[in-house]
Amino acid sequence: MKVTFNYRLVRSIKNQLFTFVIVLSAAVVLIPLLMIIQFVFREGASSLNLSFFTELPKPVGELGGGMLHAILGTTYIVLLGVLIAVPIGVTCGIYLSEFSKSKISKTLKVTVDLMSGIPSIVIGIFAYLMVVVPLKSFSALAGGVALSIIMLPIIIKTSEEILKLVPNHLREAGLALGLPRWKVIFFIILKGSIANLLTGIILAVSRAAGETAPLLFTAFGNMYLSFNIKEPMATLPVQIYTYAISPFKDWQRQAWAGAFVLMVLILSMNLFARYFLSRIKDKKGY
Amino acid sequence: MIKLNSKTQDAVLFYALRIISLLVIGLLLFIIFVLFKAAWPSITQNGVKFIFNQEWNPVENQFGALPFIFGTLITSLIAVLIAAPVSIFVALFISEYLPKNISHIISLLVEMVAAIPSIVFGLWGIFYLSPFVKNTLAPFLKLHFSFVPIFEGPSFGIGILTAALVLSIMIVPTISSVCRSVFELIPQHQKEASYALGSTKFEMIKMAVLSPSVSGITSAIVLGLGRALGETMAVTMLIGNSPIISKSIFAPAATMASVIANEYTDANSPLHVSSLCYLALILFLITFLSNIFAKNIVKNFSKIG
Repeated sequence: MKVTFNYRLVRSIKNQLFTFVIVLSAAVVLIPLLMIIQFVFREGASSLNLSFFTELPKPVGELGGGMLHAILGTTYIVLLGVLIAVPIGVTCGIYLSEFSKSKISKTLKVTVDLMSGIPSIVIGIFAYLMVVVPLKSFSALAGGVALSIIMLPIIIKTSEEILKLVPNHLREAGLALGLPRWKVIFFIILKGSIANLLTGIILAVSRAAGETAPLLFTAFGNMYLSFNIKEPMATLPVQIYTYAISPFKDWQRQAWAGAFVLMVLILSMNLFARYFLSRIKDKKGY
Repeated sequence: MIKLNSKTQDAVLFYALRIISLLVIGLLLFIIFVLFKAAWPSITQNGVKFIFNQEWNPVENQFGALPFIFGTLITSLIAVLIAAPVSIFVALFISEYLPKNISHIISLLVEMVAAIPSIVFGLWGIFYLSPFVKNTLAPFLKLHFSFVPIFEGPSFGIGILTAALVLSIMIVPTISSVCRSVFELIPQHQKEASYALGSTKFEMIKMAVLSPSVSGITSAIVLGLGRALGETMAVTMLIGNSPIISKSIFAPAATMASVIANEYTDANSPLHVSSLCYLALILFLITFLSNIFAKNIVKNFSKIG
């Protein structure tokens, strides 16, 4: 009898130990997240001031200055990437959702998965070879191309998922009215999903806006305001990188401020898109 | 104006969609081709020996990839060793222990980690984690585990261990979210059957959740590994960037991604540029293969499930 009792005790202890380990590991995962957020908020918010948003960098040695050029540059290059990636991405999304059984669809799906796994630095090299080498200059265009390749798989995937949520009876209703398929796709399926598609695009933007590696040798960065697509352009992540590895205290302070702004932007976009997408999925869209 | 009947109109749309989809498929092949072409001078010059050559000295025109392959693999492996068990436990915690509404919040928080830009991880690593490793973690490891050879040598805060720690934080969301989707495939009656046999929660999880998910968990880990292999910025800022192979995990090293990030814009000689492209090609192929491997396990798994 005693043996059985002990055996039970051992099992229950094992069970409790396991629960403990699981709760502990959840804490271990969440602690760095909270630490990073707390650290960036503390260091970043305290170094943030109005001139960060309105001024250009001062020459080395002078205090102050801001990252206006980098904020505008990031906006510019990300929009450029959106302009390239959205038409292609949504088209592929339509193809995947409307003609999902074809062989090309299946290959495209695998391609998209593999594409999202390409290291971003490799995409940077690709954009360098394709755009920077022929134009003989680092350029905002090259940065836009690099970011568009990063956004493409995300946009394709989310648009496919979103368009698949459109119930089949809507398609059939359109076809029953005698509409050609392309009208059904454009005026019923796409038109009804525009807001949802935008959410997918925001998700892709939130990913691309934080990328540094592919911009290092495409958009390259500079210290002044530029809107020329053929010239190097500063971006927030690259500027943070340059400042972070510099020995100047004031630059490091600005790196924190930049990280703070970047993180608030990206996390809010990401959260918004996630929340919205999960709501769409719960409602099944309609 | 030519009037098309609706059948032709649809055919036009269909082919247009098809062509653009083919273009995207072609893009992936084109990326491989372009990299290969750029790497070609170095491939012909250095051959396969490139992979096993330890010397990387651009000034002397000596190019060997071994230190970078070593650096990439060692940081990623340590990161996976740390992250994998933790991520599996977190996935279990979310899917088996928490009520639905709380589990939503926790899983959202975990996935938020994936949204933080790697430059922010790098910044945090430089100003917080590396002093912590230098002043607290390394002395602790040396004091208590000094008999293990990998804990030899001084720690400057920046090196393999610091980079691996940051990587491990970064890949937890990848591994845990894939694990969670695998655990969700397990039918409720299987768990209930295990309970009906009188098992405790731990035994139920072992029998009914973990053991049928082994292949799914493996693929989650491999996906996490793929993410770690290609990570650039955080590692570049934390690894110290010196192309040496050392026994100690406190020592600085360099990864394929970090050397590309550091040297690509400054590379002058054509062979240097081409060797960096060769490295990019190797990196690309390694991540490519690991992703295909992970996908195939998932495919086989979903057939069974």
